[in-house]
Amino acid sequence: MSLHQTTFAPYKTQGPEFAIENRIWDADETLPRAELEALQVERLRDCVGRAAAVPFYQEKFRENNITLSSVRSLDDLKRLPFTTKQDLRDHYPLGFLAVTRDKIARVHGSSGTTGKPTFVAYTHDDLALWSNLCARFLYAGGLRSNHLVHIAFGYGLFTGGFGLHYGVERVGAAIVPAASGNTERQIMLLKDLGADALVCTPSYALYIAEVAASEGIDPRDLPLRYAHFGGEPWTEDMRRQIEEDMNILAFNNYGLSEIIGPGVSGECAARRGMHFQEDHFIVECLNPDTLESAGEGEAGELVITAMTKQAMPIIRYRTRDIASIDRSPCPCGRTSARMSRVLGRTDDMLIVRGVNLYPSQIEEALLRVEGAAPHYQIEVDRKGNLDEITVRVEMRARDFSDKMREMAHLRDRIDREVQHITGLRMHIELVAPQTLERFVGKAKRVIDHRPKATL
Amino acid sequence: MKLKQLSLFLENRPGQLVQAAQALKEAGVNILTLSLADTEQFGILRLIVSDWEKGKRALEAHQCVVNAADVAALEVSDRPGGLAEILGIIEECGINIEYMYAFTFGRDGKAILIFRFEEVDEAIAKLQARNVNVIGSVELFELSGGR
Repeated sequence: MSLHQTTFAPYKTQGPEFAIENRIWDADETLPRAELEALQVERLRDCVGRAAAVPFYQEKFRENNITLSSVRSLDDLKRLPFTTKQDLRDHYPLGFLAVTRDKIARVHGSSGTTGKPTFVAYTHDDLALWSNLCARFLYAGGLRSNHLVHIAFGYGLFTGGFGLHYGVERVGAAIVPAASGNTERQIMLLKDLGADALVCTPSYALYIAEVAASEGIDPRDLPLRYAHFGGEPWTEDMRRQIEEDMNILAFNNYGLSEIIGPGVSGECAARRGMHFQEDHFIVECLNPDTLESAGEGEAGELVITAMTKQAMPIIRYRTRDIASIDRSPCPCGRTSARMSRVLGRTDDMLIVRGVNLYPSQIEEALLRVEGAAPHYQIEVDRKGNLDEITVRVEMRARDFSDKMREMAHLRDRIDREVQHITGLRMHIELVAPQTLERFVGKAKRVIDHRPKATL
Repeated sequence: MKLKQLSLFLENRPGQLVQAAQALKEAGVNILTLSLADTEQFGILRLIVSDWEKGKRALEAHQCVVNAADVAALEVSDRPGGLAEILGIIEECGINIEYMYAFTFGRDGKAILIFRFEEVDEAIAKLQARNVNVIGSVELFELSGGR
């Protein structure tokens, strides 16, 4: 794909000391709707053809009498089966491969409800596509080839680090692959190397600003000019705070590893929602109970089909993310629909410091320690600017010892198992029996005090 | 000659200690001595009471987490070096101390210390062989004035 540097609308996002000009990375972003939809039908058919190589889809297609000729229009999408996280787990580790193993170029993964991650695989073409999709939103949000980008996402199974890394490279800019952790060092790098842009979770950006201030460095004095944030839900209030605290412009992007990772959607300079990369992903917004389309502009569960991915085409993936879709034209000239911020989840998954956390993971950890699941409660707070998790575990009389050493040992064992399974450090608090709130029906396992986005 | 000690799990929040004290008051159980161990997150209250079985039932009825453990009450000289002397004997006997705390009363220049040992029966036998006075519950109750 060629680089188009046409300026469409004269739209500029006014930053504190600079402006981000509206530019389009590649021509497919501005395809007229009719052409875009024709391309979607073509790619969806191709996707169904390739997905038939996956036993899970093969069986679903047979059950529902779906053949290639079933896919003639976008309306036919409704006839296709859904894919859930559980389906992916049921085919652990790589049962959703549509290519032979020798075609795989990389594997990433996200944490699941149990100790095992959900793996996703990429071919070389998938990786090239992924880089290009990240390049699109990065370019839309100000990245130019002469910039230096500081990436403070974890580099590993998590898709954030590598996804953004290759996206930045695709644009031709330079990278400081700082990875996660050691905030003092991050600040030193930001200050000394003078990165133009920051890539991390928004809460981590706030934390960097806080630590910098505590070290006597005004975060507004850092050379940073803009940032691309993703990996967790955040709010407009948080955006204002970060922009104010760090004197930067902050852009939002969205993605999930099951679809491709970051690059599913991202903001343009107009910042009126995140442009959904519809030439590669079809997005539906459904009422999670009825599975009927949510009304125009209404919030619903995003269901995404990854049509062009070779290693693991995914049909109608139930993301469990609640958001709304805006199909009105954007002044930037891109023709794609835009999604709102993620407003919530249909399940009880939490995203803490960019990591997926399911309450059932805590349950599993407790089972390993005590032989049965006692009552527990997870409380998430944003202290300063960092997510903090407290897990309260009810004692059982028979687990109680008058020896402090044994009590500390019990607490430490819970601590270790929880960290082992979730990859997150939490405060473990032992509480007396019958003290955690009981609810009729669904147990209230999670209390999340963090601010939520609203429509 | 060993004694029963009650232990209570206390969360670090207001009202926890009051609840336990109230339960014992209502049951008419007297506290002879107590010790409180605390961490950042929780505490353990250890009690020697006039009637441990009654006390345990009363506390449990108030939703307290209680257990009963065997401890030893040892008589020591109430003078400088008294504690060093008994600890010396314990060390010589190769006995491990989990924790210990003191009584607030004594008699005839003697003080009483409560010890939690790993193996209480074995420890008591070894200490008695060294002429340490291990005090039983009846004697202790009388010492405390039969309150």
